[in-house]
Amino acid sequence: MTSNPDTQTPALEISGTPVIKIIGIGTAGVGLVETLNGPEFAGAALVAVTTDQAALNASTAPHKFLLETKAARGLGTGGDAERGYALAEEHFDTLKTACAGANVILLVAGLGGGAGSGITPVIARAARETGALVLGFVTLPFECEGNRRGAQARASLNQIKAVADGVICLPNQKASKLIDENTSLVDTYRISGGLLTEAIRGVWQLLTRPGLIQIHLADLCALVRDKNSEGVFAFVESSGPTRSREVVEKLLAHPLLDEGRALNESDAVLVSLMAGCDLTMGEVNRIMEQITRQCERAQVIMGAAVDDAWKSRLSVTLIAAKHNQPPVEPAEPVAHRPGRTTSRTSQSSSAGATPSPLLMQQREQLVKQHAAAVRRKSDSKMKQEMLPLVTITKGRFDKSEPTIHKGEDLDVPTYYRRGMPLN
Amino acid sequence: MFEANSNLIVGLEIGTSKVCAVVGEINDAGALNIIGLGQAPARGVRKGEIVETTIAEEAVRQAIVEAEQMANVEICNVYLGVTGAHVRGFNNRGVHRVLSADRDITKDDVSDVIKNARTINLPKENSIIHDVRQHFLLDGHEGIVNPEGMVGSLLEVDVHVVHGVTNRMQNSVRLVRNLNLEVNEIVFTGLASALAMLTSEQKEIGALVVDLGGGTTNYVVYANGVIKHTGVFAIGGDHVSNDLGQGLKIPLSRAEKLKLEFGAAVVPESSKGQTISLCNEMNLPIKTLNLEHLQRIMALRLEELLQIIRDDLEEAGALHYVQGGVFLCGGGARIPHIAQLAETIFQAPVSLGQTNTISGLKSALDQPEFLTAIGLVKYGSMRKRKAEPTGLLTNLQNMFTRFLPQR
Repeated sequence: MTSNPDTQTPALEISGTPVIKIIGIGTAGVGLVETLNGPEFAGAALVAVTTDQAALNASTAPHKFLLETKAARGLGTGGDAERGYALAEEHFDTLKTACAGANVILLVAGLGGGAGSGITPVIARAARETGALVLGFVTLPFECEGNRRGAQARASLNQIKAVADGVICLPNQKASKLIDENTSLVDTYRISGGLLTEAIRGVWQLLTRPGLIQIHLADLCALVRDKNSEGVFAFVESSGPTRSREVVEKLLAHPLLDEGRALNESDAVLVSLMAGCDLTMGEVNRIMEQITRQCERAQVIMGAAVDDAWKSRLSVTLIAAKHNQPPVEPAEPVAHRPGRTTSRTSQSSSAGATPSPLLMQQREQLVKQHAAAVRRKSDSKMKQEMLPLVTITKGRFDKSEPTIHKGEDLDVPTYYRRGMPLN
Repeated sequence: MFEANSNLIVGLEIGTSKVCAVVGEINDAGALNIIGLGQAPARGVRKGEIVETTIAEEAVRQAIVEAEQMANVEICNVYLGVTGAHVRGFNNRGVHRVLSADRDITKDDVSDVIKNARTINLPKENSIIHDVRQHFLLDGHEGIVNPEGMVGSLLEVDVHVVHGVTNRMQNSVRLVRNLNLEVNEIVFTGLASALAMLTSEQKEIGALVVDLGGGTTNYVVYANGVIKHTGVFAIGGDHVSNDLGQGLKIPLSRAEKLKLEFGAAVVPESSKGQTISLCNEMNLPIKTLNLEHLQRIMALRLEELLQIIRDDLEEAGALHYVQGGVFLCGGGARIPHIAQLAETIFQAPVSLGQTNTISGLKSALDQPEFLTAIGLVKYGSMRKRKAEPTGLLTNLQNMFTRFLPQR
C-alpha cells in the first residue's frame, strides 16, 4: 500500500489508496507490462499470465502464471483463442487467486492471438468475481495481420466488454495514422504499445498521485460501472507558455479521437492533467472549458496531478467512454465473491511494507462496498433498456467530405446536435 | 464581332443549387452595363464543388446559351467563380528595406515589397487565388496608400491572400474549358458578391458581406476600403433542406419545397401550434406536420451558421469592422426574417442583397441570387480597366480617378 505522505489530503487517508494490479496477458500483454516495471509504477502489483513458457521466462514481473496442459506442451495456444479460453477455464481458480485482493485490476493484452483473446475475457470475469473494478486496456491487430486475428480480436473484445467495467481499446490500424510509414515494424509495435502504456499511465496517475484536484477511486467506479463501455483515449503533451492552448489543439486533432468527433459522441469523459508545480488554475480552466464544450452531453471528471520534475511540461490524458447497446449477458452468471485473501494483498503493497491494521480494516470495508456494488449490478441487469428510436444519418451529405468545425460535424442536423425534442 | 467582344465581360458562377451566367458590356462612356442573364438549376455539385462532371457540364451549357440568347452575343471567355471548404483567406505582411542613399521610395521598392508579401508558405497543393494589397506602412507608420515618392527606410505592406487547393479549383476550370470557353481568371465568389454589393463608401466604413449559398456560405469583411478577412463554410441551403428532411421525415424534394413555402429564420409567435397538411397528387392529405418544428429546425441551423461566422470574425479580430453593416445575398437572403436573425447575432444593421454599383437590367439586379455572377462581371471590368492601353488622356483621367473613391 502506498501511503500518501501529503497530510493535506486527509480524504485520501480515509479512503485509502486503491490497490492496483496490472495483469499482462499473452505475449503482447506480458511485454507491455514489462515496460511498466519501473519506478513510476511502484506500488502496482504486476502480474504476467501467458501460455508460453519462453515469454514468461523473459518477464521480470513479480508474479507469473503459466497456464498449460499436457496437450499444449508449453508451446502456447498456437494462435487459437478457443484453446486459450479452454485453458483459462481450466485454471479459473488460479486466475481468481491472481486477481484477489485488489481494488482495481488493469488488464493489458494484445487481442488477436490465442492467449490474449482467449484468456483475457476469463480473467476479466475472474477479476470481477473478486469484486474489483476491472478495466481492460487492449489493442486490436493491424489489418494486415489477417482476417482470423481480426475476427478473433473483435469477438474477444465483445466478451471482455460484457464482463469488464470498462475497456479502453486501441485499434492499431487507427494508431498507424500517428506513425510514419517508414518506421520499422519493431518500432511500430513499440509505438502502438507505448500509446496503450500512456493510457495506463493516465489512469495510474489519476488514482495514485496527489492531485490539485484529486480523483477518487469512487469517481472512476461511478464513471465506468454498469456501463460496459468502450473507450477511446488520447495522450498529448506540450510545453512552453502556450501549452494549454496547444494541448487542446492537439487533442482536437488527435486521430484516435477521430479529430474530436469521438468526444462529441461520448457519454463520459475522464481527463487527467499532469504538470509541474507551475500549473495554474487558469490553465486547468482553459483546457477543461474547451474539452467540456466539445462534449456537452458527457459526464466529465477531471484530475490534475503535479510532479516537481515536470518543469513547464503539461500532459493531458483523455479517456472518453461511449456507451454501447445494452451489454450481452456474460456466459456465466456472476457468482458470489470469495472471502478476502490477505496473503496476496500484502504482496501487492510496495516494498513489502506491512499495512497498519487500520488500513487493513478500511480496505476490507472498501472491498465489501465493491461486493455490494457487484450484487447491485446483477440486480440492475434486469432493468429494461430503451431502444434508440431515431437513427440520424447525414442524409445527402453522407458521402461528401465532412464539415468539421471545432470537433462538431456540422453536416449532422443542428436540431439533433442541440438535442431539440421533436414530438 | 470581335470588336464588340472585347468589351464583353461574362461572369459564370457554378453554384450548388444553380449555375448563373451574367453578360456585361462596357459602353462608350466606360460604364458597365448588364445586358444578359442565364441560369440553370445545377446538378452534380455538392458544397460548392463539382462531383459529377457530365451533368454539371450540361447545366453550365444551358446557362451560357440562355445568357447568349438574351444578350444576343457570343460568349468566348468568362470570369469563373470558385468556392469550397478548401478556400481560405489570411493576412500577410511583406517587409522591404529601402537601400538607396536618399531614402527615396521608387517604383522598384514598391514592387519588391509586394513581391515579399506574396512569398508565403503554402502547402504545395495549394495556390493563391487573390492577393489583395491592403495598405503600406512606412517606418511603422500605418495607413499609407501609395508610398511612391515618399521618403523612408523601412517599407512594409499588408496583403490579404486568398488561396485554395489547386486541383479542386481546376475541376471547374476544366469543365468550362470542355465547353470551348476560355477562363480569363478565377475569382473567389465571396469577393465577387462583395464587389457587387458594396459601394466604396461602405467599404470604407466597414461591412460584412455574407453570401448564403446552396452548398457553401462565403463571407468577406471590408474596412478602410480594403479586404480585412475572408472565409468559407461548407454549409448552406442544402443543409437546411437536409435537416428538414431528417427532422420531419419527408423526402428531400418535399423538404426543399416546404423550406421555400413555410421556412423562416426565426420562429414567429403566430406559428405556435400550427400544422401543415401534405397532400399527394390526388389532393388527399397524407401527412400533417408541425409548422413550429419546421421553423425551429431551420432557425437552429441558420442561427448556428451565423454564430459560427461571428465567432470566426471575433477570433480574427474583424468583428468591430462589421458595425458599418451586414449585407446578405445568395438564396439564403430570401428567407423570411433572416435580417432580424442576423441583426441579433451581429448587432449591426442588416440589409439584403441589392447591387448599388452597376446599371442594367433591373430584373437581374434585384435578385440576391445573381449578385455573385454580377460581381464577377464587375471584377472583370475592373481588371479590364487596369489593363487598358494608356494614352495621355486616359493617363490624366486615371490620375484623377485614382484619388477619387473607386466605384
